Amino acid sequence: MKHDIIEKNIGLMILLILVAISFGGLAQIVPLFFSTETTQPIDGLKPYPPVALEGRDIYIREGCTVCHTQMIRPFRAETERYGHYSVASEGVYEHPFLWGSKRTGPDLARVGKRYSDDWHRAHLYNPRDVVPESNMPAFPWLFENVVTGEHTADKMRALRAVGVPYTDEDIANAAKPFEGGKVKEVDALVTYLQQLGLLLKQNR
Amino acid sequence: MSTFWSLWIIVIVVGSIGGCTWLLFATRKMKVTGEDVGETPTTGHIYDGIEEYDNPLPAWWFKMFIATVIFAVIYLILFPGLGNFGGLLGWTSTGKWQEEVDAAEAKYGVIYDQFAKMPIEELAGTPEALKMGRRLFANNCAVCHGSDGRGAYGFPNLSDDDWLYGGTPAKIVETITLGRAAAMPTWGSVIGEEGVNNVTNYVFSLSGRDHNEAAAKKGEKIFATYCTACHGPDGKGIQALGAPNLTDNIWLYGGSPELVKHTIRSGRNGVMPAQGDKLKASKIHLLAAYVYSLSQRPQ
Repeated sequence: MKHDIIEKNIGLMILLILVAISFGGLAQIVPLFFSTETTQPIDGLKPYPPVALEGRDIYIREGCTVCHTQMIRPFRAETERYGHYSVASEGVYEHPFLWGSKRTGPDLARVGKRYSDDWHRAHLYNPRDVVPESNMPAFPWLFENVVTGEHTADKMRALRAVGVPYTDEDIANAAKPFEGGKVKEVDALVTYLQQLGLLLKQNR
Repeated sequence: MSTFWSLWIIVIVVGSIGGCTWLLFATRKMKVTGEDVGETPTTGHIYDGIEEYDNPLPAWWFKMFIATVIFAVIYLILFPGLGNFGGLLGWTSTGKWQEEVDAAEAKYGVIYDQFAKMPIEELAGTPEALKMGRRLFANNCAVCHGSDGRGAYGFPNLSDDDWLYGGTPAKIVETITLGRAAAMPTWGSVIGEEGVNNVTNYVFSLSGRDHNEAAAKKGEKIFATYCTACHGPDGKGIQALGAPNLTDNIWLYGGSPELVKHTIRSGRNGVMPAQGDKLKASKIHLLAAYVYSLSQRPQ
């Protein structure tokens, strides 16, 4: 074999390595771009309303995904604790996904309406006030910072560019809920958390 | 998955396995016998006088490659992997989950069914039922109400005999199943800061706490106008509305003058989330029995 042709041309070698490892992605990833299970929204799925959208960005900014997953796997041990396992059609408007990869805290995929707003506020202000053994950090600044909403419309436009069906009306009214400076960051975050995973119910 | 994408996957997967196998055999230098056959050839590479032998792959290594190919073929026959072909075993991740759930239902369902037939008062005296209730409580309720059910600031204590919405077994089941939403309006803008202070003094007088007699007198009038609709003319509360008894010196949101004033000024809207769409009735039954038993213990 004339492998010295490849071994002595690093550019060619890189190219051939890329070709070789692309087969896995071509078989596993590419068909999902065209599958109805992964591209069609579940019944009732709507794009995030402005306040929840801002809350989601606060969730990302504060690094919640580092300790909390949003992915309930189809194991009984998980569905008993968290509810119905996650399905792909729930996440078609997620850009990017917030699946996370490690659970230091519990999974949050179906935390919506599980606790009261008051509980979330108390817990975010100081987790130990409601869960004495918690090692979650406190987020007191969320109660002071105001969400201005100045970029909410831009965010919606960006999401629309990748396929989230925001209407022109949605975008025109994006900043409305934030008028008067009454929406604190904690309000947005709690709004986001309280709507997580409500579309699939499982009585367990 | 459409036929096209199914074929796409099959072609790539089968092609990859076939290609790897072909590569393995095509690049094989000589029969692997385990013994040296003749003089070992070199690759012809010479670096600073060091030559590179052109040895075949070691036999164990070569055979392991073959073994992985055989494993892949068997796996793809038994399990899903080739497009729409689901494998001879018919395995799916959700099917596996359903199996686990059914197995657990067969094992534990009978126990739940047996307890579901017993009245809650009786379960409250059955240690096995209370053990299960305790576990369910720890998983579903303790985050707000505390692991001992004694509650916290803003979250009711379930271990005393003071009930916002009623402490009968039926009422406890109703509270857990449907949830509760308290609606104490904000009074600050209606009765003013002085009014808030006066009502606070009157409310303190109801439970025999230190208060200013003159302010309480004024507060009584305001109380009669605005507060009795929910808290009752005597301030003992109305459980049908979830309006707390103000005469028992138990304070969900703190009993200091400042906190009581804050409650009157800004209102309170405590919410108990409904569990009826999360937990089966048989589990709520056991939970109710456990919660009921907490208040039946000698204090």
